Amino acid sequence: MLYAVFCYNNENVTSEWSKEQDDKVMRDLAAVQSKYAEAGKLGPVARLMPTTTATTLRHTHSETIVTDGPFAETKEQLLGFYVVDCASMDEALEFARDLSSANPAAGSYEIRPLAIYKPSELAS
Amino acid sequence: MTDTAWIDLALVSARPQAVGALLRYFRNLDTAEEAFQEACIRALKTWPKSGPPRDPAAWLIFVGRNSGIDKVRRQSRETALPPEEMLSDLEDQESNLADRLDGSQYRDDILRLLFVCSNPALPATQQIALALRIVSGLSVKQIARAFLVSEAAMEQRITRAKSRVAAAGLAFETPDVADRADRLAAVATMIYLVFNEGYSAMNGPESVSADLCEEAIRLGRLLLELFPAEPEIMGLTALMTIQHSRARARFDADGAVILLEDQDRGLWNRPLIDEALALIDRAMRHRQPGAYQIQAAIAALHARAERPEDTDWAQIDLLYQALERLQPSPVITLNRAVAVSKRDGPEAALAMIEPLAGKLSGYFYFHGLSGHLLKQLGKVREARVAFDHAIALATNAAECAYIRMQLDKLDEEPGVEDAVVKKR
Repeated sequence: MLYAVFCYNNENVTSEWSKEQDDKVMRDLAAVQSKYAEAGKLGPVARLMPTTTATTLRHTHSETIVTDGPFAETKEQLLGFYVVDCASMDEALEFARDLSSANPAAGSYEIRPLAIYKPSELAS
Repeated sequence: MTDTAWIDLALVSARPQAVGALLRYFRNLDTAEEAFQEACIRALKTWPKSGPPRDPAAWLIFVGRNSGIDKVRRQSRETALPPEEMLSDLEDQESNLADRLDGSQYRDDILRLLFVCSNPALPATQQIALALRIVSGLSVKQIARAFLVSEAAMEQRITRAKSRVAAAGLAFETPDVADRADRLAAVATMIYLVFNEGYSAMNGPESVSADLCEEAIRLGRLLLELFPAEPEIMGLTALMTIQHSRARARFDADGAVILLEDQDRGLWNRPLIDEALALIDRAMRHRQPGAYQIQAAIAALHARAERPEDTDWAQIDLLYQALERLQPSPVITLNRAVAVSKRDGPEAALAMIEPLAGKLSGYFYFHGLSGHLLKQLGKVREARVAFDHAIALATNAAECAYIRMQLDKLDEEPGVEDAVVKKR
């Protein structure tokens, strides 16, 4: 079984880390990651940029609305995610728009640039 | 991280929200600050035992408000409120408070707090000092060090700023749309002042002035969280972020300035640049150009160039033209002349800046650029005169050192005129 693990933390606190503190956390996490990567168990790893870089596309039955900022509702649940290589936020929004029109259910797509991306190490 | 380091981080990040809310309750800066201090002291006692509260800002507001009220009551010899051990354990009260203070109220609290420090009646230096003291919570000693003045002088500056603010009266009504836009613009200006104070006084990546740049970026991000759809705030934050991304490359070992084209681009902070580029990308989608966005876009063109010769000078020239239209200023024309010199050569640039001589005769960079262009044209003696003017107008050691280096270089390479003179 493949599992996705989502990391939650208080961004206001983590953004206060000095570069040295941040580097150390990243090194310590990389050590854990490589243990699983070497065993062929680790899929793609991503670190998101801060929520201040986010844009959200909300798809209702009648219209699609794009707003600045992260997804803020609490009544919907996270169901899945994509990593897509786009030249700009506009292109990424186009992708989200395509997804939303293919999906009969109303829902939201938060689009956030990645700060770090490591491809999958999963054994095929 | 040490045991209490997480508490310090939590207190720092909750500060603007907590002090902003306490200011709304007490309508007095000193009382709000004292109440926050009191809440911090109690947090340092309570949190190591009880663990961090779910919402540190709400906890600090709740405890700070009670301690403030408590103090007011004690002063008027009335019955005190129950001790805080009782209050702080009441999770329900804390979450009720958090629910009542919805997002928009927090937002206006923080904006008000920032706006108090951006009062146009205050001179720039007082705005900066007040914001660093009240919003960022830096100690008077830290601020004094950043400004290179004595602690007593800084204390006096802050006291003076506070009494001016009190005399001007604080606006506590919820701002309407136009008011909010005005406040936002004033706050953006103040934040950029803080940044520039740090940026221009820096003489190395570890200097105390770098802290001011980091504080300004933090305030920009805070504003962006509160107002996620404001393209100029995206532009401002992106601009400061890109400028600060070069901190490690801007100085040599002696603290002398290294110009953009001579910097080791490998020392630029790439994650910061990427974040800024993402912000600019988002801002552009709004199609509401503004001065911060344009300046950020110019900075981004430099950041995108892997080598100095890859820089898109034609595009930079166009962006400076847009900036000139938006806010005509000889300083912007001066900056555009740099782009023109790269694209069309020093002669064209010199012709552009000569008419500015009257307005910019007291400006360091005018003479610095003149000297630089004259030197490129081989006019060594005129270049020397320009650099001499510049050095007399330098405001810090890094600027002096840079011009002195230019003068030394002139000595090494005789230019066209000198060569002609020698022949005769």
